[in-house]
Amino acid sequence: MNADVLLANLPALLIAVPLFGAFMTPVFGRFLPKIRDAWVILASFAASAVALLLAAQVYAKGAVVYVFGAAPGTGAVPVDSGGIPIRILFNIDGFGAFMLVSAAIVSFAVILYLTVSQSRRSSRSEFYALYLLLVAGVFGMVSTGDMFNFFVFLEINSLAASALIAYHRNGGLAAEGALKYLIVNTVGGLMILFAIGLLYAQYNSLNMAVIASSLSLTTLNLLALVLFIAGLATKAGAVPFHFATPDAYSVAPSGVTALMIVASQAGLYGMFRILFSVYGGVFTSATVGWIVIVLGVLSMFIGVTMAIPQKDIKRLLSYHAVSQTGYMLLGVGVALAVLGDVTLTNAFGQMAMEGGLFHIINHAMYKGLLFLAVGAVIYRTGVWNLNEMGGLGHKMKWTMIFFLIGALAIAGIPPFNGFASKLMIYESTFAFNPAIAIIAMVVSILTLASFMKVFHSVFMGPELPEYAGVREVPKRMLAGMAILAVFVIAFGLVPDLVVDTLITPAADALLHQGQYILSVLGGGL
Amino acid sequence: MIGTLVTGFGFWNPLIWIIVIAVALLFSWLIWRCGEADYDEENTETTAPYLSGNAEPEKGAVHIRAGNMYWGFTKALSAYYNRLTPLHSGIVNDYVSWFLIGVVILFVVVVLV
Repeated sequence: MNADVLLANLPALLIAVPLFGAFMTPVFGRFLPKIRDAWVILASFAASAVALLLAAQVYAKGAVVYVFGAAPGTGAVPVDSGGIPIRILFNIDGFGAFMLVSAAIVSFAVILYLTVSQSRRSSRSEFYALYLLLVAGVFGMVSTGDMFNFFVFLEINSLAASALIAYHRNGGLAAEGALKYLIVNTVGGLMILFAIGLLYAQYNSLNMAVIASSLSLTTLNLLALVLFIAGLATKAGAVPFHFATPDAYSVAPSGVTALMIVASQAGLYGMFRILFSVYGGVFTSATVGWIVIVLGVLSMFIGVTMAIPQKDIKRLLSYHAVSQTGYMLLGVGVALAVLGDVTLTNAFGQMAMEGGLFHIINHAMYKGLLFLAVGAVIYRTGVWNLNEMGGLGHKMKWTMIFFLIGALAIAGIPPFNGFASKLMIYESTFAFNPAIAIIAMVVSILTLASFMKVFHSVFMGPELPEYAGVREVPKRMLAGMAILAVFVIAFGLVPDLVVDTLITPAADALLHQGQYILSVLGGGL
Repeated sequence: MIGTLVTGFGFWNPLIWIIVIAVALLFSWLIWRCGEADYDEENTETTAPYLSGNAEPEKGAVHIRAGNMYWGFTKALSAYYNRLTPLHSGIVNDYVSWFLIGVVILFVVVVLV
C-alpha cells in the first residue's frame, strides 16, 4: 500500500482509525497494559493526523467527495442508479474541513491530559475506547453527506458521551447527569430521525445534495426543519434546549467535558449544514434567520446570567458554554437572515457568518483549556466548590497561567482569540441590528465579571492551610493545556491568517449551496 | 501587515495593540521610577494597610470567597433569578417538556410568520 492509496482513502481512514483504536484499546488493556496508554495516545494522534491531512487536501484541491464501495473515479452517481447517489458518501468541503481541524486539535490535546488525569481510576481501557468512539462520532458527523449516516454518527456521539459522563460514578451524580443527557439527546435524535424520514418519504433519497436540489418550502418540510433545529440545538446546548447540558458537563471528567464542547459543536455543524446546504435555496424570508438569532441571544444572556451565581466551578463553566454557543448562533443567524440579499450579505452577512464560525474554533480551544485547567485544580484538591478554594496560584502557577489565558480569551480581551471573533460578530451584528450587538457586548462584560470571580476565588489570595500539600499537576497534563493555550494565543495574534485559511472557505461553503450540490451530483439530476 | 483583520467596518491588529500597551507600560514604569525610592520598604507604615485603625487580620482570614462576590448583582436581579433558577429543576421530565414546548413554538413561528 503506497502513500497515494492512503491519501485517496483518507475519508474512510477518518472513521476507521479511531474505531480501530477504540476496539483495540481493551485488547491492549488486557494483554499489554503497560503500553495501553501509549497506544491510546498513538491512536488519537493518528486520527488527528488523518483529519488534518484530509483538511489540508480540501484546502488545496477543494471539496472531497468519497463514495463508499464505489470504484475509484466512478463518481457519486452510478450510471444505472437513475441519477441518484445510492451509496453512502462523505462530502468534506471547507466547512467540514474547518470542523475537522478543530476536533483534531482538541481531541489530541485532551487525550494527553486524560491519560494522566485518569491514571488513578479503574477500567481505563473501556474509558479510552469510549473516548475514541466519541472522536469517531464527531469526525463522522462533520464529514458525511448522507442524512441517515449523520444520524448514526450523532447517536454514536451521544451514546459515547453519555457513557463517558457516567463513567466515574461520583456518588450517583455522574450517572444522573449522564441519564439526563442521554434522554434529552435521544428525544432530540428521534426528532431528527423523524425529520429525515419526512424528507426521505418525499424525495426518495437520504443524500443531502439530492434533497437540497429538489426541496421546496412546504409545511411538511418546514416541520422537518423545525425538528432538525430543535434536535440539533439540543445537542449544541442552545436555550431553551440547554437544560441537560450544565447537569451533564458539570459531573463529567474534565477532559471529557473539553471534548464534549467539540461534540456539541458537531450539533451546531449539523444545524448550519441543514439550514444553508439543504434548505438554503428555498428561504423566502428572514424568519428562520431570526429564529436562530433569538436562540443565540437567549443562549448568550441566560447562559451568562445563570453562570454568575454558580458556586460549583464546573457548573459555572458549563453555563458559559451555553452562553458562548449563543455568539455562534447569533453570527450565523445574522448571515441566514440576509441570505437572499446579495448586497446585505456582502455588506455584513458574510462577516457575521465568519465571526460565528471563527468563534466555534476559538471556543473549542479556550473552553477546552478552561475545563482542563479546572480539572487540574480538582485533580489536586478534590474540590468543586468555589467557596472552598483560594490561594492555589502559589502552588499551581502553570495551571493558573493557562486558566488566565482561557479566561481572558472567553471574556473577549485582546489580544486573545475570543476578541477577534467577537469583534467580527459585534460589528456585523451592529450593522444588522444595533440592539442585539449591545446585548452581545453586555454579555461579554458579564463573562469577564464571572471569570474575575473564578480567577480570584481559585488562584488569588493567601495560601490556605488546607491546600498546603497541593502541587502542580504532572507535565503531560500541562502539555495538553499548553497545546490549547498556544492556539488561543496564536489565533489571537494572527486572526487574519486563520480567517483567510480556515474561516472564509468554511463560510463560502455554507453560503454557496450550489457548489455543495454540484460537488456531489456534478451535472446530474 | 501581518495580523491585520479587516472587519468590513474597520480593522484590528493585535500587534499594534501590543506595541501600544508596551509603550503605555514603559511610560508607567518611567513615572513609577520618578517616585520616592524608599516608599516600598517593608515593615514600615508606608506599606501597612489602614483599616480604620483596626488591627490587620491574619493573611488566611482576608481571602474573599466566591460567595461574597456579586451578591448585590444577584440581589438586584432577584426577580429575574427567582423565575429563571427554578426552571433548571434537574428533573428530566421538565427538560423534555421544554423541548416539546420549544418545538411547538418554533413550528408555529415558522409556519405563521
